[in-house]
Order: sequence, then C-alpha cells, then structure tokens
Amino acid sequence: MEDTTRLTNDHSIKLFIQRDYSEGTAVKFQERFPAELEGRIDRQEFIEILRDINRFFADAEALSCTTFMENCCTCLTGYLLLLCMPTHYEKCVKRAAKYIDEKNESVLNPHGIFMVDPMEKGLRCIEVCITNAHR
Amino acid sequence: MVKQWEILESKNRFYCDGRCLTGRDIGVFIFALILITITSGLFFGFDCPYLTYRLSPAVPVFAAILFLSVICFIFRTACSDPGILPRATPDEVLYLERSNITSSPQSVALPGRTIEVQMHTGHVIQLKFCSTCKIFRPPRVSHCSLCDACIANFDHHCPWVGNCVGLRNYRYFYSFLMSLSFLCIYILAFNIINIVLRAQDKPSFADAIRDTPATIVEALICFFSIWSVLGLWGYHTYLICRSVTTNEDIKDTWNTSRRGAHMKNPFSRGNPCLNCFAALCGPLPPSFLNLRAIVTPDNNNINMSPTRMMNTINIDETRQYQLDDNNYQRHSSPVPPHSDRQQNRYPSYDYV
Repeated sequence: MEDTTRLTNDHSIKLFIQRDYSEGTAVKFQERFPAELEGRIDRQEFIEILRDINRFFADAEALSCTTFMENCCTCLTGYLLLLCMPTHYEKCVKRAAKYIDEKNESVLNPHGIFMVDPMEKGLRCIEVCITNAHR
Repeated sequence: MVKQWEILESKNRFYCDGRCLTGRDIGVFIFALILITITSGLFFGFDCPYLTYRLSPAVPVFAAILFLSVICFIFRTACSDPGILPRATPDEVLYLERSNITSSPQSVALPGRTIEVQMHTGHVIQLKFCSTCKIFRPPRVSHCSLCDACIANFDHHCPWVGNCVGLRNYRYFYSFLMSLSFLCIYILAFNIINIVLRAQDKPSFADAIRDTPATIVEALICFFSIWSVLGLWGYHTYLICRSVTTNEDIKDTWNTSRRGAHMKNPFSRGNPCLNCFAALCGPLPPSFLNLRAIVTPDNNNINMSPTRMMNTINIDETRQYQLDDNNYQRHSSPVPPHSDRQQNRYPSYDYV
C-alpha cells in the first residue's frame, strides 16, 4: 500500500518547503526557490507567493489588542464563544488556504505545479507537487 | 466511513466522534475530579447554609463561580489537543532522506542526522530526528512517550489532567492551577470562619466541630492540597515570565552560566509582562490534526482533483479507477477529494 506513494515516478515529483525557525517558533516558511522548479516558473514569482503566505501567518501570530480581547471574551464566556465564531488565527489560516487555491488555479497549475495548504501537514511544511506528464 | 481520529497512531483516547481527546491513562484525572467535586459538594452542603445565614449569600455565589471555573478549565485542559504534530507521510520521509537540509551526508540514516538552526539571538539549535513520528523535531517540540506523539511547545505530561500540557492547552492548565488555588484558599478560609463562628454560639469548640464534621474533612483535604497546587501555580508563573517550558527548565536549556557567555532565551520577548501576555492571551493555532475528516485512499498523498491539474495523470487516481473497475474516461466527472477535505478542514464544531 505504501509503495504507491513513491516520490518520483513517471508522473510527479514531490518536494517539501520546510519551516524557517531562525526567528522562533512562529509560523514562517523558508523563502528559498527549490532547484526542482528551475525553468518551470519565475523565481521571483514563486518566492513572492511564499512571502505572501508568510505574511498571512505573521498576521495570525501577531500579538495585538484584537487577540487579547478575543481571548478575554472567550475565557469569560466559558469558551462557549468558540462555538459561535472562528478565532482570528483560524480566519487567517482560511485566508492563506484561499490564497493558495487562487495561486494554484491562476499561476501554478498552468506550469504543472500544485501547492498543498500547509495546514494539511500540521503547518510543518508546504508540499509542492510537480508533474512531468504535462510536458 | 472511517474518520482520521480512528486511525491516528498516537495513544490518545477520543470522545464525541473526535471532538475531544485525552491521554491514555485518565484514572488520576477522574480521581482529581472526584476529589474536587466531593470537597466542593461538602462545602456547599455543610458550610454554606450556615455561612449564608450568618454572613452573606455572596459566600456560596463566589464559591460556585470558582468551582465552575475549576471544572471548566480542567476539562478544557484535559480534553483539548495539546498541539500534537501529525506524523510525516512516506513521501516526506523519502524527500528528507534525499535532501541536503541537514549537515550530514546522505549516507547517514535519518535518525543520525540533525538540522542546525541559527537563531536571531546567535544560538545554534540542533533539531533531532524523531524515529516514531519521522520528522525533524522543531524547536521546543518533544516526543511524549505516554501519548506517543510529538507535542508542540511541550511542557510536561500531567497525570492530574490525564493529558500532555503543550502549546494549545498551557493557558488552560495555568488557569486551572490559578482557579484551583483560589478555590482551596477560599474553602479553607471559610471552613475556619465557619468553625470560629459556630464556636462563638456553642459552649465549646468540640460542640462546634460535632455540628459540622464535614468541615474538618474539607479543611484537611484543602490544607494538604494547597501546598502542591499553590506551589505549582507559583512555579508556572515564574516559568511564564521567563518564557521557559517545564521541559526546558528541567534540562536547564537556557542556563546562562554554563557556557560563560550571556545566553538569552531566544523565545523570550524581553520583559516578563510581554511573556505573560503572549503565553496567556496570545494567538492560538487550531488543531494540527484534522480529526474528523473522512479517510480517503489518498488522504496521505497529495489530493489533486482532475479538474485542477487539467488532464494530468496521478498514479493514485489511476489506482482508484482500477479499484472501481471503470474505464479511464471516468475522470471527466471527478470526485474531488481535495475540495471535500477543504470542507471538512474547518468544521463548525471543532471543540478540540
């Protein structure tokens, strides 16, 4: 069963963009251009996508009055408020997922690249799948 | 229909169809719950009627508020996901084996390799490989052998709440300690007040105690618990101000004197107030596990719905077609597993 999840086959290559922990445990992905994507997509464009994703998560992890008020209110209501509305972090994660979807459709898929929402991997890495058969 | 929580490899127990989880051994947690409930019950039953009449009805009201907060926080700590990191898929492991992100050559097996991270403060942190979860453990992540999972910002595994204390439930654990300390002090104080007031009405002290034998029981329980609970609360307040986890404190990770140079904790934000603020009121990520998603054959692989990839072929989809015994043209009416997962990704009742 596990054999079918081969990394390289005739059709696809999978690579994983790792997290950047140099600034702490806040969610940030390494903004480097993987060598496997050379020739498929413009370097700057890809790094810009990664930067935008990092911006969404930086916004989610920011310490602000909004998060303070939100946490205080949820605590005071005995956490029943969480049943009614999503947290700021969840909203940012949804925005990042929507952004990745848009970029997949507009920019990445035409080049045979597919980027997976990092939340599927527990925010550990961004999975990028490249297909060969397209060429 | 099998859901993700049913096939998760960690040793956690799941309730309410994957909405709550606890550690494997919840005996001590049940004991703690029973002890708190019995002590509070005795207080409400035996002390409160007299104190309400003698002092004010505010006494049981505040006690009730404290008791409800303790119950709320202990359940929140015990039943929420502490920050379990999902294990790596086989694809990821293969990629890690072939990549050059570690300093070791590819001939060294993954468990022998480490990743070095240069922090902005000048520290160099070594990320070790977890053989069970098949990931390079991020900073502050530790593998709990009792839960058999890597936990983000691992603090410790607390038997009293029957769960690990990590990134996502540390603030509830701290609030539990705080409210339990207040409850213990409150009950003990009003036990003493109760006995003293009754002794004023009765001829002797012994008569007063004979009237409310439960008070002595509660006072003893509170007296013996208060040292550990208050002590733990104080210890965690100290840890929060320094932005250090229990795990790091035990291992003395940020010991400034050991290396001679002044090594600042790279996760500290500078001043204690900001550290407290970040730990207790900071942002909290949702659970990294998608516990209530339905398992599909390619849940562990990339989910490329055919419409997205525009006629490209994925070996997993080919396998699906073979299993279905349909012909190749089936992909024109696609089942989009990825968009299904997207809908399940943010269920409205994800309490965990």
